[in-house]
Amino acid sequence: MTEIGTTRIKRGLAEMFKGGVIMDVTTVDQAKIAEEAGAVSVMALERIPADIRREGGVARAADPGLVEQIMDAVSIPVMAKVRIGHIAEARILEYMGVDFIDESEVLTPADVTYHIDKWQFKIPFVCGARNLGEALRRVSEGAAMIRTKGEPGTGDVSEAVTHMRAVMNEVRKVQSMLEDELVVEAKDLGVNVELLREVRMLGRLPVVNFAAGGIATPADAALMMMLGADGVFVGSGIFKSSDPLPRARAIVVATTYWEDPKVLLEVSKGLKEGMSGIDARTLVELDKMQVRGN
Amino acid sequence: MVIGVLALQGDFREHARMVRSLGVEVHLVRFPEEVESVDGLIIPGGESTTMGKLMVKYGLDQAIVDRFDAGRLAIYGTCAGMIVVAREIEGSQAQPHLGLLDVTVQRNAFGRQKESSEEDLEIEGLDTPLHALFIRAPVIIRTGPSVSVLARVAQGPVYVQQGRLLASSFHPELGSDTRVHEQFLRLAEQSSNQEV
Repeated sequence: MTEIGTTRIKRGLAEMFKGGVIMDVTTVDQAKIAEEAGAVSVMALERIPADIRREGGVARAADPGLVEQIMDAVSIPVMAKVRIGHIAEARILEYMGVDFIDESEVLTPADVTYHIDKWQFKIPFVCGARNLGEALRRVSEGAAMIRTKGEPGTGDVSEAVTHMRAVMNEVRKVQSMLEDELVVEAKDLGVNVELLREVRMLGRLPVVNFAAGGIATPADAALMMMLGADGVFVGSGIFKSSDPLPRARAIVVATTYWEDPKVLLEVSKGLKEGMSGIDARTLVELDKMQVRGN
Repeated sequence: MVIGVLALQGDFREHARMVRSLGVEVHLVRFPEEVESVDGLIIPGGESTTMGKLMVKYGLDQAIVDRFDAGRLAIYGTCAGMIVVAREIEGSQAQPHLGLLDVTVQRNAFGRQKESSEEDLEIEGLDTPLHALFIRAPVIIRTGPSVSVLARVAQGPVYVQQGRLLASSFHPELGSDTRVHEQFLRLAEQSSNQEV
């Protein structure tokens, strides 16, 4: 019997992204540049995080017509973002056949209490997380992939570093826990003890874990791989830079050869100016996207 | 015998883990000189366009073709790996690939992710079916005279052999059934013996 939309099939697509770069694009031309540069997938959206931050207002899912044009233009998988808790935006994307949905804090949340029940969908979801508890709560809602939240649209990698280190550190802590300690930890994190047991056994999250939020250079991508990321999302970092194609290519190479400083040197040289960015520490709480959804 | 796993992008760690579980030494391959020490090479699942571009960057493509042509290398490609080893890719000849397997593949032949599926698959040489995962999988739409079909679904062949070259549309590395990898190790053993 042939089965579609199973947990293994959903998590399996995320496995295929590993060691790769997923790039934010807002036009068909950018999508083609991303594919040409070697992206494993593109994230179709109307405005990149840096512009959402600058322009303010309510950020919603992209026009489905734009997403469709991008799906027609490239052969690699296409992702698109929906607002946290916006079941209807997600149903539209599922019906269109988008390959992955990002239930994303970059957009303005539609539901301040509940995330989408992602088990009800045939296509996989990725969600952001700042720590192990948040990651596992998203997995228990059906997320097939996790990414750090970082602080999107800043070009400042420090928040992504904090979030990746937090997840890795907590996984190591869980690995050394006795059964009675694990039960209390599950309660403290607000997660199912079975899921936490699985983390203890695997020594990692039960799904693929990418880095996202503020990655702007090949060295940033390599740094996140060194900290244990399975791959990277680059949002504003590519198409807010002055010469996107060479930078996109360099980030792809750095994500593969992150262990090799000679290659990192070679691809880091001579890239034109990167995105200007914002020091994430200067943001007031209200401007932080990472605090949306918990 | 040493098995290399092409580690440019994709689920190479799952392949490495499966081969190691069979008691065989594994090297991850990222540079051309690393191809010289392996008897078999697995090209994993991932994104074929990404892997193709990265293969060309440091000349890994030529190193693989040379060692294969010299009869020193067995190759097994899964999913994206099948596309990478194929001679022809329907609708996108410009995509870098090795061109070793005399077939034409159609990428994403089942459709997009929502058509991705799992099923029990009858495979030539195996007593019982293997549970196969097809993820945005390719299908073979033309096979050359030297290619034998080891498994097929309604859309076409999904597991083929040409001498010491194997290719599957599905992902045995994502499960725990090691029989396809064992079939490959027997081919790699022949390349290994040839060196002595």
